[in-house]
Amino acid sequence: MVDTQVSLCGIPLSNPLIPASGTFGYGQEFAQLYDIDILGTFSFKGTTAQPRFGNPTPRIAETPGGMLNSVGLQNPGVDAVIAKELPALAEIFHKPVMANVCGSTVEEYAAVAERLSACPQVGWLEVNISCPNVHAGGLAFGTTVQGAAQVTREVKKAAGDKPVIMKLSPNVTDITEIARACAGEGADGLSLINTLMGMRLDLRKRKPILANLTGGLSGGAVFPVAVRMVWQVYEAVRLPIVGMGGVSSVRDVIEMMLAGATAVGIGAANLTDPYICKDILEELPQVMEELGISSLKEIIGGAHHG
Amino acid sequence: MKEGLFILRENIPLTGSVWQMDLEGDTSAITAPGQFVNVRLDGKFLRRPISVCDVEGDRLRLVYKAVGEGTRAMAGYEPGKKLDLLTGLGNGYDLAPAGQRPLLVGGGVGAPPLYLLCRRLVEEGKKPHVVLGFPSLEEAFYEAEFLALGATVDMWTQDGSNGKKGLVTDGMRAAEYTYVYTCGPEPMLKALWELSATSGQFSFEERMGCGFGACMGCSCKTKYGSKRICKDGPVLEKEEILW
Repeated sequence: MVDTQVSLCGIPLSNPLIPASGTFGYGQEFAQLYDIDILGTFSFKGTTAQPRFGNPTPRIAETPGGMLNSVGLQNPGVDAVIAKELPALAEIFHKPVMANVCGSTVEEYAAVAERLSACPQVGWLEVNISCPNVHAGGLAFGTTVQGAAQVTREVKKAAGDKPVIMKLSPNVTDITEIARACAGEGADGLSLINTLMGMRLDLRKRKPILANLTGGLSGGAVFPVAVRMVWQVYEAVRLPIVGMGGVSSVRDVIEMMLAGATAVGIGAANLTDPYICKDILEELPQVMEELGISSLKEIIGGAHHG
Repeated sequence: MKEGLFILRENIPLTGSVWQMDLEGDTSAITAPGQFVNVRLDGKFLRRPISVCDVEGDRLRLVYKAVGEGTRAMAGYEPGKKLDLLTGLGNGYDLAPAGQRPLLVGGGVGAPPLYLLCRRLVEEGKKPHVVLGFPSLEEAFYEAEFLALGATVDMWTQDGSNGKKGLVTDGMRAAEYTYVYTCGPEPMLKALWELSATSGQFSFEERMGCGFGACMGCSCKTKYGSKRICKDGPVLEKEEILW
């Protein structure tokens, strides 16, 4: 019998799997396919103070080994999330959920964090300072030490006793600087990586495919980049890491944990293979046994030791 | 929605670029004409959304245009191949408001989803009037199939190569109808929306991430707020559409 439990910022997870924000909505679509209580938790769609429609379409493009998206944080706004989505979620998910917080200003981040942290269903706040698809806020905060520090500081003040996990961008020269800045302001954890900024062109129209011109690259193609960055951040700070970026198999989950992740986000794979998390969880015990792993907790950062 | 493996039984060209694929598998999740399936292709990350042309028992027929790398590869698939499909996606057409003489307007590969709709309407004793539009006779398909269902068919070509030069809007102008069902390129939908004398249902196309409502990749604005083409559509009612 293998032990898949881990603990993220003091909250136990029955397993380390966390569908990533933006790929799992508010859980409803997937709850029609399988019992989503089998997940460690999931991070719901990035939420802003006001409703946002997001960017014009096309928002999606194929890439080798992955996809670009330029959704642009479409969400119904924090009031509707609290009034409608969270009560609906309570019917289908009976564990603490991770609330993904977005904003265009430091004040907006703090305001959304304050509202969501007061919801009993919310276990963690995941603060998105790394969305490449919005023109104000988002990535603007996540690519400078000062910006990341400022958002962390203000969100921490607003979040009460809920753990604050800062979601970092790979679109930076040195991700460890940003990680240290967040740690320095009291972040309780880090999640990485958000998508890598990319572009595809339509050869017939001789124009970018995405109406927003650029989008965020995700899918298997980014997995090695994510592993490298999780490795670097694990060496740089003593904070739990939610490792994500192209994870699409049990072996990817274990590799991400060996690199330093305490929990593992599954993103784009949910979109092309809606049963992926269920399949990974079913296969996990067997692969753990094959690899001589009796407890997942014990392999976190395992590739750094010895 | 269901995920399942389908066996390819036949894959034949209807024109230089439009193909008809017959598959066998569990079609039980397909509940309405106008729904689509999302097909996993070898070596591609994103699935390809293709509208359902016809379904009967465990047989599923897709008609698709080989237009990009993915669908061109699909055209090369041989019988016996197994394909991973998500089925039963999208809302599909609602037959209830059709009236006795519904008008079905299809432009290019917008025509295939109207086939199952037409068949169902005929089964209900309705008298569908089908208007089809293609660039040329060479690129036209399915006129005979709609006729075989017992529908009145009115086909137009932009270059007049079938002897009837014009657009589907010319067909609509000349027709008497109780309701409109349509699928085709967006400029065509808009022209029909402006011209149509009755209410109707319009099926839209958009690049999709997941195809089942999770990623917000294909959102559009409507009078009643934002909708996901893949989950709340692809069929929108005339009254809610914003251009």
